[in-house]
Amino acid sequence: MTHSKPRILQRISVISLLLLLVLAVTMVMGLSMGSTGSNIKETLFSLFGLKKADPMLETIIWRIRLPRVCLATLVGAALSLGGLVFQALLRNPLAEPYILGISSGSGIGAILGILIGLAPFPGVSIAAFAGSMATLALLLFMTSGRAMIRKNMLLLSGVMVNAFCAAFIMFLISITQDDRLHNILFWLMGDLSMADLPQVWLLTAVVLPCAVLIFCLSNTMNLFLMGRELAQTMGVNIKVTTSILLIATSVMVSATVAACGPIGFVGLVIPHLLRLGIGPDHRILVPACFLGGSAYVVLCDILARTLPEQGEMPAGVITAMIGAPLFIILLKKSAT
Amino acid sequence: MKSSITAKSLHASYDSSSVLKNVSFSVEKGEFFILIGPNGSGKTMLLRILSRTLPLESGTLDIEGIPMDRYSRRALARIIALVPQSVPEDLPFTVRELVLMARSPRMGLLGLERDHDIRHAEEAMAFTQVENLTERKMDQLSGGERQRVFIARAICQEPEIILLDEPTAALDLAHQVRIMDLMEKLREEKGLTVIMVSHDINLAAMYGNRLMLLKKGRIVKLGRPAEVLTFETLEETYECPLLVGESPLGDFQQVTLVPKKFIREDLQAVSKQGTGPINDPKRI
Repeated sequence: MTHSKPRILQRISVISLLLLLVLAVTMVMGLSMGSTGSNIKETLFSLFGLKKADPMLETIIWRIRLPRVCLATLVGAALSLGGLVFQALLRNPLAEPYILGISSGSGIGAILGILIGLAPFPGVSIAAFAGSMATLALLLFMTSGRAMIRKNMLLLSGVMVNAFCAAFIMFLISITQDDRLHNILFWLMGDLSMADLPQVWLLTAVVLPCAVLIFCLSNTMNLFLMGRELAQTMGVNIKVTTSILLIATSVMVSATVAACGPIGFVGLVIPHLLRLGIGPDHRILVPACFLGGSAYVVLCDILARTLPEQGEMPAGVITAMIGAPLFIILLKKSAT
Repeated sequence: MKSSITAKSLHASYDSSSVLKNVSFSVEKGEFFILIGPNGSGKTMLLRILSRTLPLESGTLDIEGIPMDRYSRRALARIIALVPQSVPEDLPFTVRELVLMARSPRMGLLGLERDHDIRHAEEAMAFTQVENLTERKMDQLSGGERQRVFIARAICQEPEIILLDEPTAALDLAHQVRIMDLMEKLREEKGLTVIMVSHDINLAAMYGNRLMLLKKGRIVKLGRPAEVLTFETLEETYECPLLVGESPLGDFQQVTLVPKKFIREDLQAVSKQGTGPINDPKRI
């Protein structure tokens, strides 16, 4: 038999390089475009130090747009990987941190952190992580046993958890009177505009190790798709692997939510599109989701900055406008 | 002959109701060992214990002379492979990808396959005659093709022991024989120990070296097909009218169920060959 397909390492490299190129292009676009207009040539000159640009533009590129683009990159990578991991673990293509209410749970934790006056890092991030883990535990408890088999049960539970979290967030907002209310409302919009470089470094330190850990377990995620029993007979320690994946994903997602608020549907759109394009192999999908998710959120943020004639809108609005219709299409497809 | 599996006084239960009670047996290397018995007798549970997907409550279980709990999951996966009764129907992989995944216990953490892994997968697919399906998606296959692919996957795992949970269930006659012939070939050519759960007593009689008849978690009889498949034993175990005769194909039993309409008032079952006794009329 001839080997019609390239070896796995070659496929990982080729696809990752292609997506890296896409990410690089979107990042340059993100650095060049904004409410003050766009200038790709000058941005490239400034980036490579070839020519000194206008000092105002230099400031905008390096101090405002660069942290924002980097934050969007990390957020996209974390949320997209989060969706991929949940979909593999729960064997449900519609599972995603936002839809399952884990982002909202993380939001409750973060808001409580803000209300009791914790520092953004690590205080609010730890509170967000605790919120996401509590929500995940509640969700798994609600769908444990036979109900777990039914895909709709999981989604329905997610919707209920989400609704409960939303109500709780409203309650917290209604009892907040001082300037912390402004912080909470701005944060809830899922906005990337408040990015700064120290925040980017901190998020990098959280997201990157988690992503590497998930990549190391990517082959195990393939085995999970065959069902838990068969995965066990192929050498997988289900409890240990599931715990590592859930904790790594929750840490990543809650750090992201703590940094910029809940940005929805990224974990649904990107893994699904990439699965259609490159197949179901998680060894390829993990790096592809990392890079593809990054490029997607950078692109959504560019749209959020440039679409309104005046000012800008939160990136979460764009991701929801793309993600929600796709979710409905997928739901209809899975029901047939 | 060296023992593949030695089980002593196995006890196991689901949700506090005891299913396996004091089960002891051993399986020789290269043997075709078939577990039979009515529903709920503990056959599948025993297979799950042998594959360590279900914990043992008490008793000892040695695999290749070493207690099972001394093996890591990966080490055990290099010795035992399972062909389950049901697998997810929406598996997104191609046949080739699925078979190659069975090399995982022998690959590194990232599961990057090397040339010899690909060679093993190709051999397994050729052995089970699914090499023409390699690029087909799993959800595009028929029941018989899927079963052969899962057997190829188990072979690709390069085990010493292969466990099968009703591999012929829901297959037509031709596919049943094809799967059983494949198991026989696997045992003869590769020297594998085959342990299978089956509801088909006639197939078990034709292919099994030894049969273990279970009822309500206990061993009713263990031995060669001729020793196990007697009228008295089967009638008592299955509690239904049946005829046990010699197969026209050779020196083994053939079991025929006797539906109610074939039973005369004098409680003799009627067949072309003559009549056979029916034990207890109350059960009919």
